[in-house]
Amino acid sequence: MLGKGIVLGLAETARNFFGSFFYRARLTTVQFPEERLPQIEAARNFPFLVFDGADWQQGMRCVACQICEKECPPKCILIEKSKDKKPDATGKPQFYPAVFNIDVSVCMSCQICVEVCPFDAIKMDVDFELSTYDRFGGLLWDKQRLSKSNEHYHQIHPTEAAAVDAALAAEREKLAAKARAANAPPANAAPSTSAPATAEGQA
Amino acid sequence: MSPERSANMDVEMVRAALAAAVPGCQVEIIANSRPAAQHSLLVDAEHAVAIAEFLRDDAALRLDYCSNVTGIDWPMKDGGGYLEAVYHLYSMEKKHGPLVLRLRTLDRVAAVHLPSLAPVWRSAELQEREIFDLFGIQFDGHPDLRRLLMWEGFAGHPMRRDYVEPDDYEYEPTAHETVLQKAQQHQREAER
Amino acid sequence: MTSMTTAELERQQAEMGFDDGASHLLEVSMGPQHPSTHGVFRMDVVLDGERIVKLKPVFGYLHRNHEKIAESETYLGSMPYTDRLDYLCSLTNNWGYALAVERLAGITVPERAEYLRVIVAELTRLQNHACLIGFLLQDMGASGTPLMYAFRERETILDLFESLTGARMMCNYLRFGGCRVDATPEWLRQAQQAVEAFPKFLDEYEQLLTGNEILVARTQGVGLLPKDMAVQAGITGPTLRASGINYDVRKVDGYGIYDRFAFRVPLGEHGDVFDRYMIRLLEMRESIAILRQALREIPAGPVQDARTKLRGFRPKPGEAYARIESPKGELGFYLVSDGSANPYRYRVRPPSLINLTVLEEMCLGRNVADVVVTLGSIDIVMGEVDR
Repeated sequence: MLGKGIVLGLAETARNFFGSFFYRARLTTVQFPEERLPQIEAARNFPFLVFDGADWQQGMRCVACQICEKECPPKCILIEKSKDKKPDATGKPQFYPAVFNIDVSVCMSCQICVEVCPFDAIKMDVDFELSTYDRFGGLLWDKQRLSKSNEHYHQIHPTEAAAVDAALAAEREKLAAKARAANAPPANAAPSTSAPATAEGQA
Repeated sequence: MSPERSANMDVEMVRAALAAAVPGCQVEIIANSRPAAQHSLLVDAEHAVAIAEFLRDDAALRLDYCSNVTGIDWPMKDGGGYLEAVYHLYSMEKKHGPLVLRLRTLDRVAAVHLPSLAPVWRSAELQEREIFDLFGIQFDGHPDLRRLLMWEGFAGHPMRRDYVEPDDYEYEPTAHETVLQKAQQHQREAER
Repeated sequence: MTSMTTAELERQQAEMGFDDGASHLLEVSMGPQHPSTHGVFRMDVVLDGERIVKLKPVFGYLHRNHEKIAESETYLGSMPYTDRLDYLCSLTNNWGYALAVERLAGITVPERAEYLRVIVAELTRLQNHACLIGFLLQDMGASGTPLMYAFRERETILDLFESLTGARMMCNYLRFGGCRVDATPEWLRQAQQAVEAFPKFLDEYEQLLTGNEILVARTQGVGLLPKDMAVQAGITGPTLRASGINYDVRKVDGYGIYDRFAFRVPLGEHGDVFDRYMIRLLEMRESIAILRQALREIPAGPVQDARTKLRGFRPKPGEAYARIESPKGELGFYLVSDGSANPYRYRVRPPSLINLTVLEEMCLGRNVADVVVTLGSIDIVMGEVDR
C-alpha cells in the first residue's frame, strides 16, 4: 500500500517523541550551560604545567629541556631556558623556563608534548571554555597562566596522576638509594632523603 | 581473495612481458630495500601510454585500477634533478598488486612534460591535475589540465622542495618561533 | 567567476539547438557555501531549465597543503594531522598512516593492539555510516529527524572514543607499532554494550526510512554509476560496492588481522543512490559482526611494540605504500624516506577526492535536486578532498 512506509516511519518518530517523556534513554540531550554531562576522565583539551607544593614558581617540574617545543607538531610552544638554576621540588638545582608560552589558537590538543616529556611536567587539562575577546594576549598563555598544581592534576585525572606520582616517588627513591650508596656510611642518610619523596607521592 | 598481505607483483616477470609486448620500450627496475619490498618499474615517457594500456588489458595482469598517482621532486639528483610521477596499480579483477610505475621528466624547469595516463585510467585524472598544480609536471594528453587545489593565477608549485612561500600574511604574535620572528620583522618595518 | 567563456556557452547552446539568440542555458555556482555540499565544495553547473548539462567540481577551498606540512614534521608529528583529513574518521586515518610507517620500517604490532585497532576502526565505520545516512536524508529534505537519530547513536561511540583516547574526533590514538594507551576492561565492557545496542538502532532506522516512499522515489535510479565506469575511475569503498564490484581492501589485502574475522561484503546491483544507502546499512551490520568477534577474542598483552621509539624515529631510505578500507573508500598513504627524521615525501590517497572523478557523469541529464542527493550518497569530507 502506498504510504505505508511513511506511516511506519512516523510511528517510529512518535515512539521516540512520547518515549522521551518516560525513558531517560530516549531523552538524549541535556540543557548545556546549566546541566553538564559528567567529565570523562581521559578527556584532554589543553596542556598545563604541573607544579608540586604551594608555590608555582618554586615547585614547577619543568626544567626547560625544550623537548616538547621541538616535538610539538604545530610548533605552538615557545621556551626560553633560564640562565641560573633554582632548586626544584626535590631540592635539586635545575634550570627552569624563563619564558614558557603556549598559543591556544595554534595548539591542536594532540597530547604529543605530554607523551615526550621525560619529567612529567606537562599534562593535559580538561577545561574547554577558553574563548576570549582578546585575540592576541588572551590566546597566548604564559607560564603563570599555564601553571596548575599537582592537586588539580589529581582532581581531573585521578588514576593517571596517582600512577605518575608513584613513578616519580620510585625514581626519587632510586636516586636516594644511589646517593646513599655513593655516600658511605649510609646508615643515617636513608630516612631523611626518602621521607619527602613518599610524602610527595601521597600528595 | 588472498589473505596474505600485499601480494607484490613480480617485477621481473612484468618487465619481461613488457619487453615482449611493447617493442622498444625501456623499463628499469628500481629496487626498494624496505621490508614491504615494493619494487618499482621506471618506464620511458615515450612508450608510457602503450605500456599502461598493455598493463591494463593484458589477460594475466589486468591492472585495471590505478589507485594512487603522485609526484616527487628530486632537485638534488644528478644533472639538475628531475620530477617523478609515481603510479600505484592494482587489479580489481585479479585482486593483486601493487605494481609501481615511475615516469621521470628530463629536468625541473623546461622539459617537464610527461604523457598523461588519465586516458588509460580515469582515476588518474584529478590526481594528475593535482600533480600539475603542486609539482608543475605538464601532462600531455590530459583531458582537462587545470590547477586543482590552488587557484587560477597562482604562481609557482608549492610541493617543490625549493618553493618559498610569499611573505604576504598578516602575522600576529604567537609562540611559533619562525612566525613570531616574521611578525616582529613586519612590525619593525611598519614602525620605520 | 565562471569556468565557461561566453563563446563556449554560446557554442554549447548552438549544439543543443537553441539558435534564436536568447540564452537558454544558465550557469549556476553551487557552493561553496551551499548547505548541502558537505563543507566548502563548489560545483560549476550549467543548467537547461532544471536539467544538468555540465557540472565541474571546483576544489581547494579547504586546502592547507597537508603533504607539505608533513615534510617538515617528524614521523610522529604527522599523526595528529592525519586526524584532520577525514575528520569524521580520525581513527582509520591514523591506522592508514601507522600501517604505511610500519611497512616502511618493518615494525610488528602486538596482538592486543591489532584487536584494539580493529575495534576502533569498526566503531569509526559505524558512526561514519550512521552520520552519512543522516546527512543524505538531510540533503533529501528530511531535515532533522534522521540526522538527529544518527547523531544520538554516534554520541555513544564518541563517548567511547573520548574515554579511550581522550578526544571525541581528533583521537590521535594509534602509534607506530601499537596504540597509545590500553583499553581498560571497563571500556571493553562499555564497547560491548554499545555494540549490542546498535542493531536495535539499525532496525529502528530501517523502519523509519527504508520503506519510505519518498526516499525510494528520490533515490532509486538516481545517480547511476555503471560497473566499468566505477573501476575505470578508481571509485572505492561503499560507492564501488554499490555498483556490484566485490572489492574490499579488508578482504583483498587482509591488513592487520582482518583475515581472522568472518564477515560478508555487501554488494549492490544497480549502482544508484538507493543501493549506496542500503550498502551502508548492511555494512554496519557486518561491522557489528566483526566487533562482536573482536571484543570476544581480544587477548591480554602489551599494546605497544617495545622496540619502536617514540622520539628520534628515522626509517632507512626507501618507500612504502599502504592502503586501508576507510569508511569512505580506499585510503592510501605513500611514504618516501631519505633516512632523516622527516619523510621526504608523504602522500595521502584521498578516497573522497577520487570518488568525485565521475560526479559529472552521474549527474548529467538529471535535475538539480538529484545532484545534491548523488553528492550526498558518495560520502565526501572536504578535509580529505582538499587536504
